[in-house]
Amino acid sequence: MASKVIHALYIDDDILMDAVKKVRAEHYHIEEVYTPFPVHGLDKAMGLPHTRLAITAFMYGCVGLTVAITMMNYIMIEDWPQDIGGKPSFSYLENMPAFVPIMFELTVFFAAHLMVITFYMRSKLWPFKKAENPDVRTTDDHFLMEVNASNHDVEQLTNFLGDTGAVEIKIIDKEEDNH
Amino acid sequence: MYTLSNRLRLFSVILMIVGLVGLVIGFSQRPGSIEEVKEMMASHDAHGGGHGDSQIKENHGGDEGHGESANEKDAHGGDAHYEHVLHQLQNKPWASLYVAAFFFFMIALGVLAFYAIQFASQSGWSPVLFRVMEAITAYLVPGGIILFVILALSGFHINHLFVWADPEVVAHDALLQGKASWLNGTWFIIRAAFFLGGWILYRHFAVKYSRLQDEDTTGNKWYKKSFKISAAFLVFFIYTESMMSWDWIMSFDPHWFSTLFGWYVFASLFVSGITTIALVTIYLKSKGYLEFVNNSHIHDLAKFMFGISIFWTYLWFSQFMLIWYSNIPEEVTYFITRIEDYKLPFFGMLIMNFIFPLLVLMNSDFKRVNWFVVMAGIIILCGHYIDVFNMIMPATVGKSWFIGISEISAVLLFLGLFLFVVFRALTKAPLLAKGNPYLEESKHFHY
Repeated sequence: MASKVIHALYIDDDILMDAVKKVRAEHYHIEEVYTPFPVHGLDKAMGLPHTRLAITAFMYGCVGLTVAITMMNYIMIEDWPQDIGGKPSFSYLENMPAFVPIMFELTVFFAAHLMVITFYMRSKLWPFKKAENPDVRTTDDHFLMEVNASNHDVEQLTNFLGDTGAVEIKIIDKEEDNH
Repeated sequence: MYTLSNRLRLFSVILMIVGLVGLVIGFSQRPGSIEEVKEMMASHDAHGGGHGDSQIKENHGGDEGHGESANEKDAHGGDAHYEHVLHQLQNKPWASLYVAAFFFFMIALGVLAFYAIQFASQSGWSPVLFRVMEAITAYLVPGGIILFVILALSGFHINHLFVWADPEVVAHDALLQGKASWLNGTWFIIRAAFFLGGWILYRHFAVKYSRLQDEDTTGNKWYKKSFKISAAFLVFFIYTESMMSWDWIMSFDPHWFSTLFGWYVFASLFVSGITTIALVTIYLKSKGYLEFVNNSHIHDLAKFMFGISIFWTYLWFSQFMLIWYSNIPEEVTYFITRIEDYKLPFFGMLIMNFIFPLLVLMNSDFKRVNWFVVMAGIIILCGHYIDVFNMIMPATVGKSWFIGISEISAVLLFLGLFLFVVFRALTKAPLLAKGNPYLEESKHFHY
């Protein structure tokens, strides 16, 4: 599917934010924005749906907590009962203060690692993947907004983007949409 | 400008009067002699078996917390226990007065520290909240004076809150004799005056400079001065706050000590202070003031409530776990007393101060929903009241605790005073610190 997109480059995150809001107010479709660093509030300004990564992180944390409890209960209480801190109660609950650090660590461990792996899978990132970045300057100090121009008057759109503070505007014919 | 509504004024005055009346009743109901204690306990026994049983058990149970030897106990005979209970019940209204006075004072102190941090870190998000913070710290002066009077009464043994202030106890206690050069009435009161004086002095100048900066359109002269005194204050604060926590709280159990106690009390007062900022801000917004405060500011306050609640838990656990694990008698007695005699408030506090805010405030969207923040805030404040209760009551009233008329009245009294002072202070200046150089950034703060 051939599509026409416009790449508008900005040099400041505040100008970019304002531009994103204006472009959306005019009902143009922003395909993607490439930035050298995370811009706070950009996802909201672009109208992206809320990330569900936080929910997965919570669930992974619960898994980690469960693993920690099950593991320590088996190792320290059931399989080889241990006298912890001179208090031979042989009860998980009564010895819990000693287990809390591990419960905490494994919760964090599971949440963090599985969340990162989920993030990579969801954003289709893996080792040796070819970068999708359209312009290397967005890894340095430029911000690039990709606007769909297929069903619009290109000249009008170009002028409009220039008014929003873009320092450079390119019209690109994409052979196929790789998103 | 904010105007104090008559309803709020009346409400706070009624709270104060009800609290005062309740406290007078609480003080007048103190038993005067051992006979009265026996009578009270007998009537309790008649009321319900369950409670009576625990009272009888007390008669035989050893009181390890006070480190008395078994022989001594036997020698005292039957009346020794009743005398003990008598002292505890006589202490009870004093202790509840102290808990409430300290709790509301520590809110103002926590807000003062938070306010100073905003200046020292040159924060851009918070200047729209400065007038709310300044108003809450106004309670520092009346609250501090009341607390000082109570401390003086206790330090000079007018009441029996501090064991170390009782010359008879010290005469038989080698450990207290060793600590007497630090824990004695005069030096105790001098330190208290020094701490309070320093904090009130910073508060006075910080507020003054903030007002002067409003009028100063040419430069940031007053802001820069605020920055300097805030940085200096924070250094002063962290030392004095730590010593304050040893003096005003840890010395209730003068045999026991914990090296991170100052941090622990700091976390408690910090989270209470931030919660109060959020509650007052949301209240003012609901009345149509503070139109420049958006939900990102509330979100940030709620993040602090969440984060500092976890920080508090971290310190609580660090203190508890090491002492629990090592199980050294002179250390672990502190927690044994609390777990055996204060099971409900001790573990209830953990639910209110940790589990509840953790689950309620974890979700990012909930931190922007005002009623969620208010609900979590009220639970956090109640939880930290109980935290202070747990730190003070076991050493002053021991097993004879219950949340009765004097506890509730003391809270009402200081709540009324707090509301009155804070909301009256809000009327004294415009609600926007318009001279602050970061004001525009703060107004446009979004997350």
